[in-house]
Amino acid sequence: MNVHADHRADFKTIAELIADGAKVLDLGCGDGSLLKYLKQTRQAWGYGVEIADEKILACTKNGVNVIQTDLETGLSGFESGSFDYVILSQTLQAMKHTEIVMREMLRVAKQAIVTFPNFGYWRHRMQVVSGHMPVSPNLPYQWYNTPNIHLCTLQDFEAFCATLNVRILQRIVMHRGQQVSFMPNLLGSLAVYRVEQLS
Amino acid sequence: MHSPDLTSVGIVTPQTARFEQRLTLRSGAVLARYELVYETYGQLNAEKNNAVLVCHALSGDHHVAGYYSEQDKRPGWWDNMIGPGKPIDTERFFVIGVNNLGGCHGSTGPASIDPATNKPYGASFPVVTVDDWVETQAQLADYLGIRQFAAVVGGSLGGMQALQWSITYPEQLRHALVIAAAPKLTAQNIAFNDVARQAILTDPDFHGGDYYAHGVTPKRGLRLARMLGHITYLSDDVMGSKFGRLLRSGAFQFNYEVEFEIESYLRYQGDKFAESFDANTYLLMTKALDYFDPTHHQEDASLTLALKPASAKFLVVAFTTDWRFAPERSREIVKALLDNERDVTYAEITSSHGHDAFLMVDPHYHELVRAYMNRIEQGGAA
Repeated sequence: MNVHADHRADFKTIAELIADGAKVLDLGCGDGSLLKYLKQTRQAWGYGVEIADEKILACTKNGVNVIQTDLETGLSGFESGSFDYVILSQTLQAMKHTEIVMREMLRVAKQAIVTFPNFGYWRHRMQVVSGHMPVSPNLPYQWYNTPNIHLCTLQDFEAFCATLNVRILQRIVMHRGQQVSFMPNLLGSLAVYRVEQLS
Repeated sequence: MHSPDLTSVGIVTPQTARFEQRLTLRSGAVLARYELVYETYGQLNAEKNNAVLVCHALSGDHHVAGYYSEQDKRPGWWDNMIGPGKPIDTERFFVIGVNNLGGCHGSTGPASIDPATNKPYGASFPVVTVDDWVETQAQLADYLGIRQFAAVVGGSLGGMQALQWSITYPEQLRHALVIAAAPKLTAQNIAFNDVARQAILTDPDFHGGDYYAHGVTPKRGLRLARMLGHITYLSDDVMGSKFGRLLRSGAFQFNYEVEFEIESYLRYQGDKFAESFDANTYLLMTKALDYFDPTHHQEDASLTLALKPASAKFLVVAFTTDWRFAPERSREIVKALLDNERDVTYAEITSSHGHDAFLMVDPHYHELVRAYMNRIEQGGAA
């Protein structure tokens, strides 16, 4: 599922969020470059999950373990608590079963790292105000061909976490590779969250 | 004469390895000596670390790739996968095909002469298991001076051997390619095998397995067994698209001769097979399939526990329309490997060809195996 606006914008940020030598599950791992990057920078290891044939091939070429499965149907092939981190990088907004996926992620891993394009970014808001669905480097699709069916703002995501009893451990908001700390829900275009399930 | 093909291993010659030491089988039976017939393609490198063992399935043998003569029309059974520049590239790998013990293509089996009696073993040939095959393949590796395989590769029953290799001799292979396999057969699968065996065992020409002495072979039984097997290797879809309800003569004949194209096809496949395969070997191979279960000796019978000793890296491949060895079964293997934190890639190939898909040319499947094999070489000497 290639819904990435800028492939590597969040790689560095994700690497900073995980511990050295961590065991990682990367959902919607694409060609496996994030896992490869985490292996090089963090000695992390683990598996990617993908559904598309060409991504399975690309991961194999990249030397990355990948399991071909539809993550919409859950992660039943993975034991509970078997990963340090599960990563969902710019894929949440394209999932049909957002709640199931979030619950499954926090079942198989102690912590989840979720990144998504911030629908509340000011340029997006401006486009809606001017009467159009937003199109931007982070949302590079037209309304009729976008895979992004569950877009949200930072506030929406945080409210969603609260309903699932998920605690937010860390939040990094970015724009063009730079961290945004002032009015992030307005000025940030990409959100990176580290979360855990409260029992 | 076939046209010159640069991706063919060309003309090949089988060889025979003789083992004079006693072999105690899993069943407790003992063979005083045995022979394995095998073929090799490519060159074993100086470090002897580029060897790939190809394990065959129910009806396969050691003739994996290449031709026996210039006039030979049919290449080895996995010729589309193995050769110079092919996914398992013989320019880089030394590939070994071996006829399993109990086979009927040259290795010691039921049709071989028992040195104790000077007659064919027939019914007295012991039942062998996947463990026994791995053991004898390991003997062959020793014989060839190979301490560690770059990979052990197999589809179907061959995939079970690759899996067993990773458990029995974890240090002796770096990679296992387990294709269209299952961790053990289901009751339904055993049931199919038993119907096939009953067809052979009840053939009047079977003579309790000693038909060699009577100058006959239980062809009718073997033919039925193969026809049944063949149905289960194809998908409903592919049978439908290939044959549908096509009639040979275009109209019902209201008799029991061949009418539907599928009947004609199955009978042809059955006849061809019954001419060239030994019924006792067929019995024995189906039994090996039924017995295969790496969890057999465990108290809590978990595949995760059974695969704990495995240290190889795995490529597990399944095919979407394979209902004899369905993707769900491959996922059981993958789950056990994940539980043990082993390196594994799992691919589910979209194919309409059912179980037989593993033997067929499919660009994505072949590219995947090629990509995986390339990765092995990169990690080569490690």
